[in-house]
Amino acid sequence: MIIAVASGKGGTGKTTVAVNLALVAGSVCLLDCDVEEPNAHLFLKPEWREETPVTVPVPEVDVSRCTGCGECARVCAYHAIAVIPGIDKNPQPLVFPHLCHACGACSLLCPTGAIHENRRSIGIIQKGTRGSVSFAHGKMNVGEVLSPVLIRRVKELADSRGLTIIDAPPGTSCPVVAAIRGVDFCLMVTEPTPFGLHDLVLAVAVVRQMKIPFGVVINRAGLGNDAVENYCRVEHIPVLARIPFAREIAVCYSGGETLVDKSLAMAGLFHELYKNILRVKDETDRCS
Amino acid sequence: MKQIVVLSGKGGTGKTVMTGALAAFVDNKLLVDCDVDAADLHLLLEPEIIERHEFRSGHKACIDSGACVRCARCFEVCRFGAITKDLQVDPGACEGCGLCARLCPVQAIRMAENMCGEWFVSRTRFGTMVHARLGAGEENSGKLVARIRQRGKELAIAGKRDWVIIDGPPGIGCPVMASLSGVDAVLLVSEPTCSGLHDAARVIDLGKHFRIPVLLAVNKWDINPAVTETIERYCLDNGVAIAGRVPFDRSVVDCVVSGKTVMEGAAEVVKSAVADVWQNLSQIVTGASERNKEAV
Repeated sequence: MIIAVASGKGGTGKTTVAVNLALVAGSVCLLDCDVEEPNAHLFLKPEWREETPVTVPVPEVDVSRCTGCGECARVCAYHAIAVIPGIDKNPQPLVFPHLCHACGACSLLCPTGAIHENRRSIGIIQKGTRGSVSFAHGKMNVGEVLSPVLIRRVKELADSRGLTIIDAPPGTSCPVVAAIRGVDFCLMVTEPTPFGLHDLVLAVAVVRQMKIPFGVVINRAGLGNDAVENYCRVEHIPVLARIPFAREIAVCYSGGETLVDKSLAMAGLFHELYKNILRVKDETDRCS
Repeated sequence: MKQIVVLSGKGGTGKTVMTGALAAFVDNKLLVDCDVDAADLHLLLEPEIIERHEFRSGHKACIDSGACVRCARCFEVCRFGAITKDLQVDPGACEGCGLCARLCPVQAIRMAENMCGEWFVSRTRFGTMVHARLGAGEENSGKLVARIRQRGKELAIAGKRDWVIIDGPPGIGCPVMASLSGVDAVLLVSEPTCSGLHDAARVIDLGKHFRIPVLLAVNKWDINPAVTETIERYCLDNGVAIAGRVPFDRSVVDCVVSGKTVMEGAAEVVKSAVADVWQNLSQIVTGASERNKEAV
């Protein structure tokens, strides 16, 4: 089973929930798919085992075979190739690697076979372990835009037989979709403020559209108002855990400590959360 | 006219609260909310929409199942896994490259223009705001950000505004880069946590990459003063000036709950901290441009 931990709004506690859930869930694979700003390792503190670069294909033009016809620039939907006059005044393709989505159209459609593909690095995947948690995250290069590609590569490391927990990026756009596509359950972490509620509603629209069973965790419960609770009740969304608002928790987090290691009550809360996920998942499976 | 973008790397450090506060505090400015997939600034500013535009960008493949001869060429060539085994398009995975449509032997695939959101120009109690809403699960957020940035700039020039204040998205990906391009400075709002520092460092790298000055404000600094000092030291070592510190105070949450900016209802310590941040930031930004003028 794959459980993704997501939220519309950033900073609601996705990473806290993902890491602490992994620590109580026993033998588990934890994948941090927030490749722009991966943080789970700061709390899990895994022993690093290996690091692999992640590359994508990028076109390279063999000038001797290029006739300057401009077909590559015409077929590129991302304007990643322009054909401009070269030094000898003949038209020559110029590739902008950062705009390239690696779709392969230019190399496949070049009439003279003048384009082949090289590899370009977009980031790295690092793997490690802590106790029974096997961990991996992607770290995208600064200035890079292909985060969905890197997210998909990290997700390939999911444990197909056991339990995998995915820490998703914030928001509701393509990186989130890449992170939660195909998961069995989505845990939405929110906070009881108007910002938390507003972004939760947007995120719920995404998971419903993708037909992923889901439930909510309210973090910093008691901080703002009751609007999130009311919304969940009206929408029949199960609230699977409430993590109280407490300065001690904020301080614990700020120092990079995990809640379940720090307090028995918190360990109990996350055990309960895990049981609730299994129960709700089971109920939705039976309904459908 | 100067453009300032508020970024954080990590979500939830207080970008929107800070932008809202500056909206209330700074004179003669225009506001742009570039967090187009989970925008929240409108919850504080209650915009009254005066212009509404559709945002279309990119294309998605559509297979005409009547014309399809089930050769599966599309399935073979698609690198995004957007054609399922039963030869249906998964629109969420399609990146609109159009390769399938070009290679389909019977022209059964059409590339349809994608309507991925809306953007608005609005009136607020603190002046004009340009904002947007990306459709659920959509892509091309960077292009939508670029679009509203452009409109914001045009309106600011036409209205002779001194400042454009931009609320940025979290992360360091394409919408962040679109929010950052061509601004005069980044106000980096961080928090004293190990992830706050880790993510702030990535934003600082991004600022270096684009050669844009970055200034730091640590929000909720007193949650962990030791980590606040670590972040500030890291910043000073990396050429990032310190604009100020904002304390943790429950009155900030109360303001958010009641839809007010902190300048309209938070404790004095918070208001004066924001005022200090702006004074330092505006001095450094205008000072830098004066020096540039002299150099020219």
